[in-house]
Amino acid sequence: MSTAPTITTKIAMPEWKSGGQDLLRSEDAAKISVRGLDFFYGKSQALHSVSLEIPERIVMAFIGPSGCGKSTFLRTLNRMNDVIPGTRVSGEVSIDGQDIYAPGTDVVDLRRKVGMVFQKSNPFPKSIFDNVGYGLRINHLTATKAELEERVEQALKDAALWNEVKDRLKTSALSLSGGQQQRLCIARALAVRPEVVLMDEPASALDPVATHKIEELIVELKKQYTIVIVTHNMQQAARVSDSTAFFLLGKLIEVNSTEKMFTNPDEKLTEDYITGRFG
Amino acid sequence: MRQVDRIRRTTSATMTTLTALCTVVAVGVLLVILGYIAMQGFSALNLSFLLNDPRPAGEGGGIRNAIVGSLMLLLLSSLIGLPLGVGVGIYLSEFGSGRFGSAVRFLVDTLTGIPSIVTGVFVYTIVVVPLQHFSALAGGVALALIMIPIVARTTEEMIRLVPHSLREGALALGAPQWRVTLGVVVPAAASGIATGAMLSIARISGETAPLLFTAFGSRFLSYNLDQPIASLTVQIYNYAISPSDEWHAQAWAATLVLMTLILSINIVVRFLTRKRF
Repeated sequence: MSTAPTITTKIAMPEWKSGGQDLLRSEDAAKISVRGLDFFYGKSQALHSVSLEIPERIVMAFIGPSGCGKSTFLRTLNRMNDVIPGTRVSGEVSIDGQDIYAPGTDVVDLRRKVGMVFQKSNPFPKSIFDNVGYGLRINHLTATKAELEERVEQALKDAALWNEVKDRLKTSALSLSGGQQQRLCIARALAVRPEVVLMDEPASALDPVATHKIEELIVELKKQYTIVIVTHNMQQAARVSDSTAFFLLGKLIEVNSTEKMFTNPDEKLTEDYITGRFG
Repeated sequence: MRQVDRIRRTTSATMTTLTALCTVVAVGVLLVILGYIAMQGFSALNLSFLLNDPRPAGEGGGIRNAIVGSLMLLLLSSLIGLPLGVGVGIYLSEFGSGRFGSAVRFLVDTLTGIPSIVTGVFVYTIVVVPLQHFSALAGGVALALIMIPIVARTTEEMIRLVPHSLREGALALGAPQWRVTLGVVVPAAASGIATGAMLSIARISGETAPLLFTAFGSRFLSYNLDQPIASLTVQIYNYAISPSDEWHAQAWAATLVLMTLILSINIVVRFLTRKRF
């Protein structure tokens, strides 16, 4: 690995370019800021010194071949890897300037702030209403029943699912179709009003129509949330994201605006991957 | 046809016949037992038999005390055994990945294989001797001890079947571990856990040996947990070894009642879990 490329942190948002270079370096400019992150599953290292900044209210896509560490990296952002035994992390991950791996960090608080949608939809075997209300209930976020109902309705509307399920909120979530289940999981994540939403290949198990709905939804959600999405589908990354990060063999190869990434990437490896020469 | 093909076909036909024969023998024996019990039991079975307590030989009487006693013992042992067993099962599946968990799992498996009369003698030593008399309580404890490992292992297996993604989904919403386990994982496995519980109840309702030294048996209707109590199995045992022909007939009838009880429990289990399987 003598030719390991230097890790670059280039977020080419137009307003940033005009806003001056300082913004890039100051800590509060980015919603999420990662420095020198190494990650290990037992003895094998899955991430090598990844540094990356994710600005607020954009969609950032992670692309790369299978096993390149993009999902692992995504899961370090809400410490979901904590539940896998034998994993170890070093380096710094800050959200709003707070190091989330600092001792004394409240993981429950963190996960409320950083929601997650998984590759395979995973509705709880409960009613549609109870699924969306789950996060609200366990975190005691609503004081009254009316408020709970209102937040559930809002979350379902945000996830573009309300019209399809409003008449059957009490029926089992498992009776929904695959695409609806995934939007339900998005609604469930949105109900607790996170600031960041992590999506791990949210549309990979869905048909084109359902995928299209999820993609529309992602673009819509960007107005309120910072969204990080892992995807195998480069067209999807091109369609929904503002910036794209390319991972290869546990290393972050390039971060750039999606447009630049797909037309004129800085790194040769990125170009090779995007043009389909490997991966 | 080539020689090898002929050998292969002959072997296949022989093995198929052999396994079919084994099945016929096993199922046949079971059917003969069931049929014989039904035949023998029906003659002495009637409503007054179910609604009366035992009388001296030759005067009729029934098994009301034993039916009530069996149900009370089942209830008592379920109250003790089910929560403990389910608790152990949850522990093993959710937190039992270490060396301690393996040790507990091994012990639970060993406990499943302990002859039930040993459990009876054990409970005699730790409950009956200190209290200085037989009691329904001791019987319930003995049956519960038999239940715990069965319930623990089925609970563990059922909880393991709950997909990991459900746990992650709940954790990602900021749920603490205990809420994930109790609020999401256990309810998702509930029907399987219920099956295990019901099957363990069916299993202990046929136990006799552990009750001989604990609940002992009684010829009177009793609801007192501190006193000896009758049970169908012990009553069948006592009647079967008696010299009275009438009691022999009553033992057959009581056997039929017990079998019907166990069969009903199994049917209820199948009914409750039919959606999943």
